[in-house]
Amino acid sequence: METTIKATNLTKSFGDFTAVDKLNFEVEKGEIFGFLGANGAGKTTAMKMLIGISKPTAGDAMVANYKVSTQADLVKKNIGYMSQKFALYDDLNIKENIQFFGGIYGLNAKTLQQKYQQVVENLGLENYVKQLVKNLPLGLKQKLAFSVALLHQPKVVFLDEPTGGVDPITRRQFWELIYEAADRGTTIFVTTHYMDEAEYCDRISMMVDGKIKALDTPKALKKEFGAETLNEVFLNLAR
Amino acid sequence: MQVSLQISDISKSFKDLKALKHISLEVRENELFGLIGPDGAGKTTLFRILASLLLPDEGQANVAGFDVIKDYKQLRKNIGYMPGKFSLYQDLTVEENLNFFATIFNSSIEENYDLIKDIYVQIEPFKKRKAGDLSGGMKQKLALSCALIHKPKVLFLDEPTTGVDPVSRNEFWGMLKKLQKKGITIFVSTPYMDEAALCDRIAFINQGEILQVDTPSAIVKNFAKQVLNIQTPSIYKALRVLGSYQHTHSIYPFGESLHYMDSRKDFDWNEVLNHLKNEEIKDVEGELISPEIEDVFMELSRN
Repeated sequence: METTIKATNLTKSFGDFTAVDKLNFEVEKGEIFGFLGANGAGKTTAMKMLIGISKPTAGDAMVANYKVSTQADLVKKNIGYMSQKFALYDDLNIKENIQFFGGIYGLNAKTLQQKYQQVVENLGLENYVKQLVKNLPLGLKQKLAFSVALLHQPKVVFLDEPTGGVDPITRRQFWELIYEAADRGTTIFVTTHYMDEAEYCDRISMMVDGKIKALDTPKALKKEFGAETLNEVFLNLAR
Repeated sequence: MQVSLQISDISKSFKDLKALKHISLEVRENELFGLIGPDGAGKTTLFRILASLLLPDEGQANVAGFDVIKDYKQLRKNIGYMPGKFSLYQDLTVEENLNFFATIFNSSIEENYDLIKDIYVQIEPFKKRKAGDLSGGMKQKLALSCALIHKPKVLFLDEPTTGVDPVSRNEFWGMLKKLQKKGITIFVSTPYMDEAALCDRIAFINQGEILQVDTPSAIVKNFAKQVLNIQTPSIYKALRVLGSYQHTHSIYPFGESLHYMDSRKDFDWNEVLNHLKNEEIKDVEGELISPEIEDVFMELSRN
């Protein structure tokens, strides 16, 4: 198996406060990895290091074969990122969003045109091509955002609470897209505190006060803690 | 049982968008009632109408005996409303916010202190801090204190737990149960299906329509279809195979499992598992399970 993310004693301190404390974990190619923690547990700080926008104060991580400490720019080029809160420009249309985000990653005009046609066809967006993205139904918008995050064929995609608050059917359609991408070999890294999202991951880690307190498959975690749901596991760990 | 909230045939449109379509509901006095539905279902629109902040296009509603249009002044004295968006004064301190809302309602923090005590003591150590500098969980507690400070008869909580971590969510529901014991009627909305089970009764809402109203246990019990829970390491492949299987009524991923419903009235579920095995899906296990609230919601919103 190929490892696409490997954190080794990854640490971030702000003065006396250690927000992320010696994280060690590996994520395999094509794996869907859930990164969980309560508000303030250090999830966001850890993720910022993994996507190359914040430098570790000790330790390091390899993401898509590059070190986050010294090769942050290469990390950024080889990953995709999507959050539910912000992923697309609402006042641009589908094509403009694809041109903008694909352009940032250096895709040429010909590739962009091909990608555009592919995305419209795959997601069945034919009726929306003239509209601004803000007029798309939420479900389609999310699927488009995910496709846009994959335009430059990144090895790893980071998803920040991708489906929180979305209706159950739309959420499942979205997960089918995630499964499909993972099946093609893309590594998926999901941060969330929605336990129902976490249930879909192959393995999950739970962060408490800057440290990883548990890491396993959802099934094994539930067994280990004698819990019926991941929610119970989480409450058990976080208290 | 006395009725605390009476909603009759309420409709509301924004330009072409029909946000609410002929909504009728009754909430009993002292009930903890949940409005369950996804983003965009119309939950907030209904809350705003019930809090007399928005006029319905059609229909009537009564809250604690007051009409939302004719008696809006009286109504506002008798309800507490906690909007989904944090709406307190960010540049006032915790204490100043609470004092402000108490004063508006001709009351004081002392007068109804017993009602908010359990909640307020948790944020009291930070009472000199500006509301804008509080963490998410503390903001939520302050907002709840402010909504309660005039001892309302009915409390409206619009998605109070969205974006809040499971620990704080758990605590918050504990607080609601305590408030209910003090005689307050609570009307709460949530997109989380697992919170539905904590309410006395729930209404499912989707695309502006109420799909079903009942106790959480009755909703699950009265569900007509059987659910087959399927486990396999090849979830995605199994999902694709059953997606194009001739007898599939619905197939959805549920975390590490798949939930399958058959289009036939009686079916031998071994047949379904065998079909998966014939399609080379490995290590397939299946069992019939009682449906979850979410199974019911999805089935209702398909129609």
